[in-house]
Amino acid sequence: MIEEKFDAIVIGAGMSGNAAAYTMASHGLNVLQLERGEYPGSKNVQGAIMYANMLEKIIPDFRDDAPLERHLVEQRLWVMDETSHTGIHYRSDDFNEAKPNRYTIIRAQFDKWFSRKVREAGATVLCETTVTELVRDAKDKVVGVRTDRAGGAIFADVVVLAEGVSGLLGTRAGLREMPKPQTVALAVKEMHFLPEEVIEQRFGLKGDEGCVIEAVGTTSRGMAGLGFLYTNKESISLGIGCLVSDFVAMMESPYVLLDALKNHPSIRPLIAGSEVKEYAAHLIPEGGYKAIPQLFGDGWVVVGDAAQLNNAVHREGSNLAMTSGRIAAEAIVKVKSRNGPMTKRNLALYNAMLDKSFVVKDLRKYKDMPALLHTNSCNFFTTYPRLMSQAAQNFMRIDGTPKIEKEKATTAAFIKARSRWGLVSDAVRLAFAWR
Amino acid sequence: MTIAVTKSRVEDKLFQNRYLVDSGRPHIKVRPHERPSANLLALTHVCPAKCYDLNDKGQVEITPDGCMECGTCRILCETSGEIEWDYPRGGFGVLFKFG
Repeated sequence: MIEEKFDAIVIGAGMSGNAAAYTMASHGLNVLQLERGEYPGSKNVQGAIMYANMLEKIIPDFRDDAPLERHLVEQRLWVMDETSHTGIHYRSDDFNEAKPNRYTIIRAQFDKWFSRKVREAGATVLCETTVTELVRDAKDKVVGVRTDRAGGAIFADVVVLAEGVSGLLGTRAGLREMPKPQTVALAVKEMHFLPEEVIEQRFGLKGDEGCVIEAVGTTSRGMAGLGFLYTNKESISLGIGCLVSDFVAMMESPYVLLDALKNHPSIRPLIAGSEVKEYAAHLIPEGGYKAIPQLFGDGWVVVGDAAQLNNAVHREGSNLAMTSGRIAAEAIVKVKSRNGPMTKRNLALYNAMLDKSFVVKDLRKYKDMPALLHTNSCNFFTTYPRLMSQAAQNFMRIDGTPKIEKEKATTAAFIKARSRWGLVSDAVRLAFAWR
Repeated sequence: MTIAVTKSRVEDKLFQNRYLVDSGRPHIKVRPHERPSANLLALTHVCPAKCYDLNDKGQVEITPDGCMECGTCRILCETSGEIEWDYPRGGFGVLFKFG
């Protein structure tokens, strides 16, 4: 089908694949990008919050024409029980700056824009093409791919695997293991459409200002999970995700959790009267530093979600994906510029460069966090949220009980639920994992 | 009764989505079995599109038309060989309008 040999083939047109293809093509490499969806973005799902800094490093003037929804001026972190939420809200006019720091985006639209930039940079983008197999030479070096289109193999010096969280190719080729049920979360999300002015009124926003809510608590029914609500221009993305291993252990259904979240008294008024136009599901890598696989080999590198590069604590994924794609591309460009072959030894440069970036530094910082959340997660996601709600209500409700007795009751409730030793141990474990 | 209500709700959700179904070429298959393993059985609850269901013999069956290609069942049941999972052919399957 395609006779020419490419400098690089990129598999996948998500954040990491687009970043890699754009960066290599802008440096003059002959790049072929393959995407199985009808259009770039048609298979991609994200909340979604996009961090400007990481995209600026790839496309500095992206604000001129990228489809951005709202820039965030307010973030609400909630702990929920069945009838309440206790929250920390941070809102600042400082976020109304000339070049805002974070935006909500709608991935299908954003990915189409990013893909147009990739083509403008000179790459060939082929959609509706599923890569079925990696082609290797006698020495086991990856030298190309086979697709479900008619024709034979397509060859390249290097293959960039940007195939997403459960990427079939790399796992089947034995380049890395399949993610484990305890290292991936399953998230479901609905798109709720509302008039722009209704969203602005409900969240106290003007113009392009945006607000996001992220919530832990009994909404995940004791499982390690997170609910989220992101304001877009004319829609609200509402979703919830929990570890796959927890879903299995509890035999819970994600859509039941989502419907319960929608009916929570703190959420229901925010989405009242909306029209739902899509329901999506996706896996999120949650294993952190310890789940990062081998990132390079003879003739290949792996980037983004496929490399499990996701910061679960800060809920950052696409920026790690973009950055790993860019860095892998820069490493390939460097090897190419000195006429080096795309061997494992030369491509180790990608690993070394990534190690020095925020991507690996952040994941290393939180390397013990996944294990903490996987053991006795019900304390963090059910017991403490209930205790916090009780403590807050006890503090707020004025009923003639002397304050000293109220404080004693709150302390007693914490000790009864977790014991003194349990409280100290939870605090110490959390502090060590956060450190 | 509760199960029926839940199921109809998922179908309502999936009805909003756009799919291009590759008729006669399901991208996921369940291996014939006597009794499902714990993971395979869990898919009847955990699959976000409720593609997996029990037949009257207590075996797990799949109808992948509403599949959102999240990969949860692949993570749980491919290694053991209980299911076969392939990407749909290029252009087929779910087509997210928003993602």
